[in-house]
Amino acid sequence: MRLCIQAWTFPAIFDSAFISSAAFDRAAKPVLFVLLSLPLGWLAFAILGELNAPGSRLGADPAVEVVRFLGEWSIRLLLLTLSVSSVRRIARFPKVLQLRRMIGLFAFSYVVCHFTAYLGFLAGFDLVLIEEDLVERTYITVGFTGLLLLIPLAVTSTNGWRRRLGTTWRKLHRAIYLIVPLGLVHLLWLTKDQYGEVVLYSLIFVVLMLERVVNRRKAR
Amino acid sequence: MLIRQKPDIPSYEITSESHYLNRRSFVAGAAAGVALLGAGQALGSIGYAGVELGGEVTPESIVTSHNNFYEFGTGKSDPSEHAHQLTTSPWKVKVSGAAAKTGDFDYEDIIKGFTPEERIYRFRCVEAWSMVVPWLGIPLKDILAWFEPTSKAKYVEFTTLYRPREMPGQRSYFSSIDWPYVEGLRLDEAYHPLSIMAVGVYGKALPNQNGAPWRLIVPWKYGFKSIKSIVKIRFTEREPKNSWQVIAPREYGFFANVNPAVSHPRWSQASERRLPSTLFNENRMPTLPFNGYAEQVASLYSGMDLSRHF
Ligand code: HEM
Repeated sequence: MRLCIQAWTFPAIFDSAFISSAAFDRAAKPVLFVLLSLPLGWLAFAILGELNAPGSRLGADPAVEVVRFLGEWSIRLLLLTLSVSSVRRIARFPKVLQLRRMIGLFAFSYVVCHFTAYLGFLAGFDLVLIEEDLVERTYITVGFTGLLLLIPLAVTSTNGWRRRLGTTWRKLHRAIYLIVPLGLVHLLWLTKDQYGEVVLYSLIFVVLMLERVVNRRKAR
Repeated sequence: MLIRQKPDIPSYEITSESHYLNRRSFVAGAAAGVALLGAGQALGSIGYAGVELGGEVTPESIVTSHNNFYEFGTGKSDPSEHAHQLTTSPWKVKVSGAAAKTGDFDYEDIIKGFTPEERIYRFRCVEAWSMVVPWLGIPLKDILAWFEPTSKAKYVEFTTLYRPREMPGQRSYFSSIDWPYVEGLRLDEAYHPLSIMAVGVYGKALPNQNGAPWRLIVPWKYGFKSIKSIVKIRFTEREPKNSWQVIAPREYGFFANVNPAVSHPRWSQASERRLPSTLFNENRMPTLPFNGYAEQVASLYSGMDLSRHF
């Protein structure tokens, strides 16, 4: 993750002829699509393995394993979505903005899969258990709020909606500045020890926010 | 000490005959395994006592690879991956507090006079998963009485090894635990015949990830009470502060008795996943008060409000 950002923000590579070429325009989205699908692909592979030989790939308690794996990628991709505009500014790389919608929709998909895996594998579609969790487990209430807030953003991500909403669209999509902290609080509250991961993700979030503040000051 | 389950449990909950016979054969191997513990000292024959509940015994490969032992990391497989770094011989045990025999002991000198018994217990983690584990253990009462606690001893406190060199979780900057890990019991809980000091599992010496060379097993309490790799035993007059209670007093109490009626802020305790669970069969079952041992232990807590003393 950190390496990724470093590579992205290294301006020289973005001056190359390739970046400005039509080939890049054609290749960027399909390549990104494949890259962002890789974790899901790995998971599908692992689940297939579990079907043949339980315990072979996901251990003795696979439901938690699947939920955690998807949760992990949810927060990573949400942070990646947030980093797009910073990368554009720092690396002077306007084209990267074309990729933001796909990254955001992937983030949403991982959150939905994360939630579905919780509902099916972990809670076994037991409505009593699920209701109790949503109400009484504050970390789950917080995560669920994040998921709900993501839905309107995903729905309005199309060009049509964007045009129709005009300036409201930008305001609406600022909800991401609430959703990501909700995801971080969710992670903080479910962590029992070893807070390194929460600290790392929160730091990335803080750095991205600081970059925005600095950028605004400069613009003024 | 022979503890047999009353026949009022459903038949599927009782260990099947084939399991029982299988177990006999591995118990035969147990004598050899346990002899290793005492670095070659024979520990005598193995008893057969055990509370048989929960039907299927969890496979050994799972018992030894799905562990919570935060000294080696918070992932379930971290202990089995890292615990080989731990040296368990020599193993010193410091005994202190309200007892006649205190001081530094060699682990082997303590246990050589005892004969481990096989005990098949359910093991319920506070995270809502559970196992059925064939421990080899010594009644805790026998071990504690050996130190001749005085009348002032009302509680007993246990401490895990602190050795960051060999325990990566203790080296971490991002841990919220004030190492070493501490647990405690009221003396009457510790003296209950179900409480054991486990020295082996599956007929073999305890693997490091399971808390070698010895660990507590208190089967009616959440797993975190069953402290591993013990190096200190202290008899006290006042209730010890156990590590999880110190970290999050709203979430973890001193007693930590398995109780489906009192949920934890992070997990409903009403049911549990009996491992191994698979993606399409979680093997979820209702959690029983005192993990199914209510008949034997509930009287220890008569008159106490268990929703307050959780
Ligand atoms: C914005 C939405 C969400 C994000 C970013 C998110 C992220 C995460 C992350 C990072 C983890 C930890 C993974 C790990 O430790 O490796 C996690 C775990 C988890 N999440 Fe979420 N999550 C979200 C929504 C939800 C929702 C809606 C639910 C359920 C209703 C949920 C239930 C869980 C559960 C049960 C765990 C596992 C807890 C455990 O290990 O005991 N999450 N999530």
